[in-house]
Amino acid sequence: MIVAICFYIFAAVLVGSAVMVVFSKNPVHSVLFLILAFFNAAGLFVLLGAEFVAMILVIVYVGAVAVMFLFVVMMLDINFTELRKGVQDYLPIGLLIGFILLAEIAAIAGGWSMTDGIATTITSATPPASEVTNTDAIGRVLYTDYIFLFQVAGLILLVAMIGAIVLTHRNRSGVKKQDIGKQVRRRRHEAYEAVKVKPGEGI
Amino acid sequence: MTEIFPNLEIAYGEIFLSIGAMLLLMVGVFKKDSVNLVSWLAVGFIVITMFLSLAVGSEQTFTLSNLFVVDGFTQFMKILVLVASALAVIMSREFFRLEGEDRFEFPVLMVLATVGMMIMVSANDLMSLYMGIELQSLSLYVLAAFKRDSEKSTEAGLKYFVLGALSSGILLYGCSLIYGFIGSTNFSSIATAVGGIEEGSASVGVVVGLVFVLAGLAFKVSAVPFHMWTPDVYEGSQTPVTAFFSVAPKVAALALLARTLYVPFGDLSGSWAQVVIFMSVASMILGSFAAIMQTNIKRLMAYSSIGHVGFALLGLIAGNAEGIRGVMIYMTIYLVMNVGMFVCIMSMRRKEEGMVEDIADLSGLAQNHPVMAAFISIFMFSLAGVPPLAGFFAKWYVIIPIVNAGYFTLATIAVLASVVGAYYYIRIVKVMYFDAPAEEFVPQKSLPMKVIVTLSAILVLAFIAPQISSPVLDHAQAAAQGLSQK
Repeated sequence: MIVAICFYIFAAVLVGSAVMVVFSKNPVHSVLFLILAFFNAAGLFVLLGAEFVAMILVIVYVGAVAVMFLFVVMMLDINFTELRKGVQDYLPIGLLIGFILLAEIAAIAGGWSMTDGIATTITSATPPASEVTNTDAIGRVLYTDYIFLFQVAGLILLVAMIGAIVLTHRNRSGVKKQDIGKQVRRRRHEAYEAVKVKPGEGI
Repeated sequence: MTEIFPNLEIAYGEIFLSIGAMLLLMVGVFKKDSVNLVSWLAVGFIVITMFLSLAVGSEQTFTLSNLFVVDGFTQFMKILVLVASALAVIMSREFFRLEGEDRFEFPVLMVLATVGMMIMVSANDLMSLYMGIELQSLSLYVLAAFKRDSEKSTEAGLKYFVLGALSSGILLYGCSLIYGFIGSTNFSSIATAVGGIEEGSASVGVVVGLVFVLAGLAFKVSAVPFHMWTPDVYEGSQTPVTAFFSVAPKVAALALLARTLYVPFGDLSGSWAQVVIFMSVASMILGSFAAIMQTNIKRLMAYSSIGHVGFALLGLIAGNAEGIRGVMIYMTIYLVMNVGMFVCIMSMRRKEEGMVEDIADLSGLAQNHPVMAAFISIFMFSLAGVPPLAGFFAKWYVIIPIVNAGYFTLATIAVLASVVGAYYYIRIVKVMYFDAPAEEFVPQKSLPMKVIVTLSAILVLAFIAPQISSPVLDHAQAAAQGLSQK
């Protein structure tokens, strides 16, 4: 009973805030609604017993991605009302495509039938959730069975890093950089000069 | 957890090249002005990787929890990918030496993209398939946008990135449907599960998933109707990047497509054949007709590559070892022709204007640069499929299997499309030999470029000789047998 109530609350708030992300006038509000949506999605995951994914959602999406969005929205001077101008024109066709897709997916779901013998082909059966936690279950396979994918993911992140540097890093002239060697090499006689000041005259 | 320590021997090539890429990065960062060194080291690493891949042997072996497979087919395709990448690194070196904009990240990204392609070729699981594709595409997006102060290059990179991300999304959605309906992402398990289904009674979910995966892969090989990005990206990127794009990723993606269709979904061929037939016919027709209107040679090569992918897909439709062999031979010959042609395009440089890339600039080339004109004519005739050049045999070995398999209409369309295609290839020859000469180009002085273009021209001309063609045919034959049996 409580689970059902929680589900409907999370689901309703999730859908509501997702709609508000698209329709709110102020972009900062949009991002805040996005964060609310993430939290509710995390709640749904907890209800499913997927606490690891729920925590990742909060930490990565709320903690990193959404905050970065907020920075971008606040720092860039984008006229969002200008961007949203065409909505009225595109709405009918967008809705049409959306309905067609929905109908098609409904057709697939209607013809739902698992392939025979799914129990034998199922990849790596995880231990029952009552025995181990999610994190434990993932940890058991991530660095053993799926070490290959883990390493390739690392390579992909390396490429992303190289790409970000290649596309944005510039050697600007006239930028003052700290040169520690130069600072250490600096001698006393370069830095100051002793001047005899006569009384009443100043320098 | 079947193995305590996975059998890494068969993945030495990939491991070596990944470590090599990181090493190159270190060299580039810590040694000033080391672009030359990094490039040639990259070529060296790729050549060593080639030997490592050859040393693996062509027996089918799985490793890393069955995520990774090596057999004769992967070996053949990896060699093609590595040759294409090594040549692309050399070509870009020579190009940037003249153009400036010399940065050591360029060869490093190419090497990382090559690692991605090798993983694609060796993928035996939907997850490794996706990881390979992402590693390759992410490097390619950066390469496309590499000249960041050029509006065209930035546009090419952005367009490629947005559309590529969309296609990855479609692909992943397909993978998740397949996983949901079959219960596994592993190719061997999927094959077992699909094998138990009688023809026509496959679950809708699996078929829809397969179609989504096909759409994602079709984007990567730029088959119609997922080709829209190709002309813009080819035109906007710098020429060596275009040369790289037009060969290595295509070979890898076609190898992946072949494996995905034949190994896990071999028993569903009734479901995917119609999709592949449509893509193939549409690519051949669009490739030949849309290219007629082009004035930019890189755009022309883009449409030409779309058409060639259409022809290569024909081999997959046949659904047997002969067809697979056709695809492998096609890609080999396509590689040679394209590399040679791009060296010629990179030689289109004038003193004041720098690089030019309009077909009109080639006008009267035969009078100023008879050798270059002869080379371009050889490649153009070969791309058009005129016997006795290599391009003719490429088409021959994909059309014969589909005729044997009984697809007569398809074969007729293919021949007609290649006739239409011949018009725009041969028009370039006409422009070079019969039009009034345009301003001269700066002569190509680089030795590696000359060697590459001469070698590829010789291979194109001499493919008719059994000494040249039989090793390719034999290896492709053996490799194709291995793939189509499972």
